[in-house]
Amino acid sequence: MGKDKSIAASYARQFAEVEGALPGRGLAWLDALRANAIERFAELDFPTPKLESWKFTNLRPLTREVFAPSPATRNGLGKGDVARWLADDLPCHLMVFVDGHFRADLSELGALPRGARVASLAETLAGDPARLEAHLAGNDAIEGDAPVALNTALMADGAVIALDRGVALEKPVHLLYLATAATKPVAMHLRNLVVAEPGSSATLIETYAAPRGGRYWTNAVTDIVVARDAQIRHFKLQNESVDAFHLAATRARLAKGSGYDSFYASFGARLSRNEIATRLDGEGADCRLSGVYLARGRQHVDNTTVIDHREPGSVSKEHYKGVLDGDAHGVFQGKIIVRPGAQKTDAHQLNKNLLLSKTAQADTKPELEIHADDVKCSHGAAVGELDAEALFYLRSRGLDPAHAQRMLVEAFIGEVIDGIGTPALRSHLGRLVAAWLSEAED
Amino acid sequence: MLEIRNLHVAVDGKEILKGIDLAVGRGEVHALMGPNGSGKSTLAYVLAGREGYEVTKGEVLYQGRNLLDLAPEERAREGVFLGFQYPVEIPGVAAMNFLKAAVNAVRKHRGEDELDAIDFLKLVRDKAKALKMDGELLKRPLNVGFSGGEKKRNEILQMAMIDPRLAVLDETDSGLDIDALKIVAAGVNALRGPERAILLITHYQRLLNYIVPDRVHVLVDGRIVKSGGKKLALEVDDQGYEPFTAGEKAA
Amino acid sequence: MAATVDTVETVKALSDGDYKYGFVSDIEADFAPKGLSEDIVRFISAKKDEPEWLLEWRLKAYRHWLTMVEPNWARVGYPPIDYQDSYYYSAPKTQDRPKSLDEVDPELLRTYEKLGIPLKEQEMLAGVAVDAVFDSVSVATTFKEKLAGIGVIFGSFSDAVQEHPELVRKYLGSVVPYADNFFATLNSAVFTDGSFAYIPKGVRCPMELSTYFRINAANTGQFERTLIIAEEGSYVSYLEGCTAPMRDENQLHAAVVELIALDDAEIKYSTVQNWYPGDKNGKGGIYNFVTKRGACRGRNSKISWTQVETGSAITWKYPSCILQGDNSVGEFFSVAITNNYQQADTGTKMIHIGKNTRSTIIAKGISAGHAQNTYRGLVRVLKSAEGARNHTQCDSLLIGDACGAHTVPYIEVKNRSAQIEHEATTSKIGDDQLFYCQQRGLSAEDAVSMIVNGFCKQVLQQLPMEFAVEAQKLVGISLEGSVG
Repeated sequence: MGKDKSIAASYARQFAEVEGALPGRGLAWLDALRANAIERFAELDFPTPKLESWKFTNLRPLTREVFAPSPATRNGLGKGDVARWLADDLPCHLMVFVDGHFRADLSELGALPRGARVASLAETLAGDPARLEAHLAGNDAIEGDAPVALNTALMADGAVIALDRGVALEKPVHLLYLATAATKPVAMHLRNLVVAEPGSSATLIETYAAPRGGRYWTNAVTDIVVARDAQIRHFKLQNESVDAFHLAATRARLAKGSGYDSFYASFGARLSRNEIATRLDGEGADCRLSGVYLARGRQHVDNTTVIDHREPGSVSKEHYKGVLDGDAHGVFQGKIIVRPGAQKTDAHQLNKNLLLSKTAQADTKPELEIHADDVKCSHGAAVGELDAEALFYLRSRGLDPAHAQRMLVEAFIGEVIDGIGTPALRSHLGRLVAAWLSEAED
Repeated sequence: MLEIRNLHVAVDGKEILKGIDLAVGRGEVHALMGPNGSGKSTLAYVLAGREGYEVTKGEVLYQGRNLLDLAPEERAREGVFLGFQYPVEIPGVAAMNFLKAAVNAVRKHRGEDELDAIDFLKLVRDKAKALKMDGELLKRPLNVGFSGGEKKRNEILQMAMIDPRLAVLDETDSGLDIDALKIVAAGVNALRGPERAILLITHYQRLLNYIVPDRVHVLVDGRIVKSGGKKLALEVDDQGYEPFTAGEKAA
Repeated sequence: MAATVDTVETVKALSDGDYKYGFVSDIEADFAPKGLSEDIVRFISAKKDEPEWLLEWRLKAYRHWLTMVEPNWARVGYPPIDYQDSYYYSAPKTQDRPKSLDEVDPELLRTYEKLGIPLKEQEMLAGVAVDAVFDSVSVATTFKEKLAGIGVIFGSFSDAVQEHPELVRKYLGSVVPYADNFFATLNSAVFTDGSFAYIPKGVRCPMELSTYFRINAANTGQFERTLIIAEEGSYVSYLEGCTAPMRDENQLHAAVVELIALDDAEIKYSTVQNWYPGDKNGKGGIYNFVTKRGACRGRNSKISWTQVETGSAITWKYPSCILQGDNSVGEFFSVAITNNYQQADTGTKMIHIGKNTRSTIIAKGISAGHAQNTYRGLVRVLKSAEGARNHTQCDSLLIGDACGAHTVPYIEVKNRSAQIEHEATTSKIGDDQLFYCQQRGLSAEDAVSMIVNGFCKQVLQQLPMEFAVEAQKLVGISLEGSVG
């Protein structure tokens, strides 16, 4: 039989080589799931811009070569490398992953309240796999595009967070993913699972960073189950190496009366796509998605969200803002679906883009799909440059142009950042934005 | 003209009106007073035929006919006019065009010729002037961006143009300053006549200083607890609804 | 059943017989057999006595069409169309025409009456074979002479091919190339007729090019081709279609319209489309797959599309503007009403190329019954389009809980000095609005018509006066039965 040289076939071969060493090997349901997933991946292959949902993002730079599964490394990272990514004055349950593998020595889980469990995926598969089966087995696990299927086949580690009924985590759980410069291109197929039982609540922080740069691929899938009246706040900071690829899919299911509040900030990666798909399965569910994306150089940043209102009386608010400089290309795709019968839905979406350079580019596609009449839905989108008059005004008061621009960009971004409820996170993000902006002046 | 007998009305299964008896004769002006939530607006909507109000018992006769059998537009064409507490905004439809459509729908029903554009405009202009309304207002979309006073004056203008037999004015005085109140009251007084009955629904007595009613009824918790002459309104003004409420509770 | 409708029963009867392949040379024949082939394309071209270059162009289109796949990205669903099961050329079926209005479907007459259409026109629209047609021809001639006096060329596309081949050759396919898209390519191969207008330099066309078009439009056929050229500094307002439902036997329509505006020229193109939408259960109705595009080639040129789409079972239509000339302006004003099981996927494309180009999009979608109504629009700002501006407003109105309203805008910006804004809202007719109208004596139907007309006002006011009045009535008629 001739060897299929396609990239999908290469990954299929890679899977055959490594499957024996993947965590949870021998669990019948998991082996079946992985086999199923790699088949599905081969069937789908990497999406191309011919696919409507990938119209603005071309994965060719990622698919030119095969990324090998990242091995566990030590690479000399210490606590000092960790500290700079944590928010000041915000104690948290910290889980550190280096090159895609949990590092207990760098983590500080601290004391968790009774009924709350936080562990790595690999640990959980080894010790308590039954907990995962209900949420990972089944077709939902591989639903989506090829990268999700590949993740399911090759997932090696990640975080598993489970909250029993009524458990409130006071301190956030911070998942810090550090990548070290590998000598060859590696991929990290991270899989996170958050299960919040009725009435529970928690804040989740994810940080992706690369202290030493490097070319690698983060392929993350995060499933979040928010049961009745539970609340999950999710704060994700993407600060990958500017040579890296970051594909992430977050799928959240919201039951009756529950809330999911997500904030995403994108600074890094050569090419990134952050997908958030939320399903509002219960009456009165409340979903907030907000985000900022800043890109320059040749960065490509894609934000794709779906908010699916399936039951009456649910609410969603979405607000994304992009700042694009250099030759950067920013993409926003936001779809709001109101299913038949989902009356009294209240859904609003806004996307604004600021172009700072002559060669930056913004594509935005806010989309409404509405099948119920008694609803309040709106969306808005705008693309433009900095207000020349405001810029002039600041300069006439003595600010140099770069400073004036920075101030206006901060104000533009500030509209979204000010919505973050936790002051320590707000100022943490403010610092990251300021740092990004000051890089331009170097 | 209007005769309400033992009227019980429920909204979403909850009884709001609990046995109303009320008769308003030709040429009379009655005032219906009551605290918030007593069922005043419910009565107004039931008379006009709004959906969602279930008549569980009793009857309403209008000019000897069963009013409750008629569709809302049939009641309007038969001469029942409801002045809305919160007039509805309809974007894109000029107030003037709306008025013309309404007037002609009613005229057609009465077997009268539809007014042509010139006669109609002349009539509107005269009536609007009496209400001190700016003609420009009528070119704007119906009630969109109108001030509270403008909305209420527009209701009275519609009433004057439509020339109803029974006018039910629901809190026409709410949100009006004293000058606007006087203008609106003058507009209503101009429509008093032997052929017309008016039911004023109000929370406060002050409107009744300008439109003097023949009869006053006090509505508390879905029942008329007291009826009397115009002095009753002063009594309410003096003592509030508390004594009436207390009596109700004791009963 | 394949999604085509037999065009002409009489033709069918004939072609089922012994008639085989000899038709190509026999240009006296009034019909071609079912199906599509190079021979059919040659037949159509020969029938119309076209020059060689036009035949070649048609053939290029046909050959290209064979390599194309029918698009499926629009939010419309229909059974597969068997393109070989259609007639592509046939003469009008005069024998079957009703002899008087008494023979016409009373439902149709009721609609004419509501629209206030004069009796003579009713006869023509319903296809009654009467002398009135000759009246219209004489009226047409009068206008044609008047227009010719100021240099305006206006007539059928076929006539233009014979009388002004140089103009047709220069501009045909220059905005919508023969290989543009599946339906436009099909049209390029088999189009039969349409309109042609040429407005010379500096001329302001003194009348709407519609005055008699309504009458002439009745037989434009299934693959219509329209070309309008506005020379430097000229102005023309063109009205297409008709508020009255037209007698039409073809289920598939694939028209192409090309507009060209040179320096300082302005073209205003208004459409009212009211083809048969199918019955209450979604049976039958026209499939309308149209490619309309205007090129603002010159500086300060302007193209404005206004459309009121109430008919057809399926509407697939995106009138677009290519804003090449500096300071050129594109406008799109649209009302799309879908009721029962109608499906509309319509919007526009504004391609900003020149400096300081501006575009405005106002789209109003109304969906009732089980209908699906999608706005799909593209605003693209190229690197060269310094100072481009776009404002888009899309509003959807839903009547009833079984219909759908969708908004799919694509905004692509490659120039930072652009200012692009898009807003969309969704609403329903409020119970309180309906009740308020009814309390003033209006019937529920009249109230809906009034509220919807208010909702569409920004668009309807773009229509020429006499057309606007009929369009308003049409809005009400289209939504009959949607409430209560």
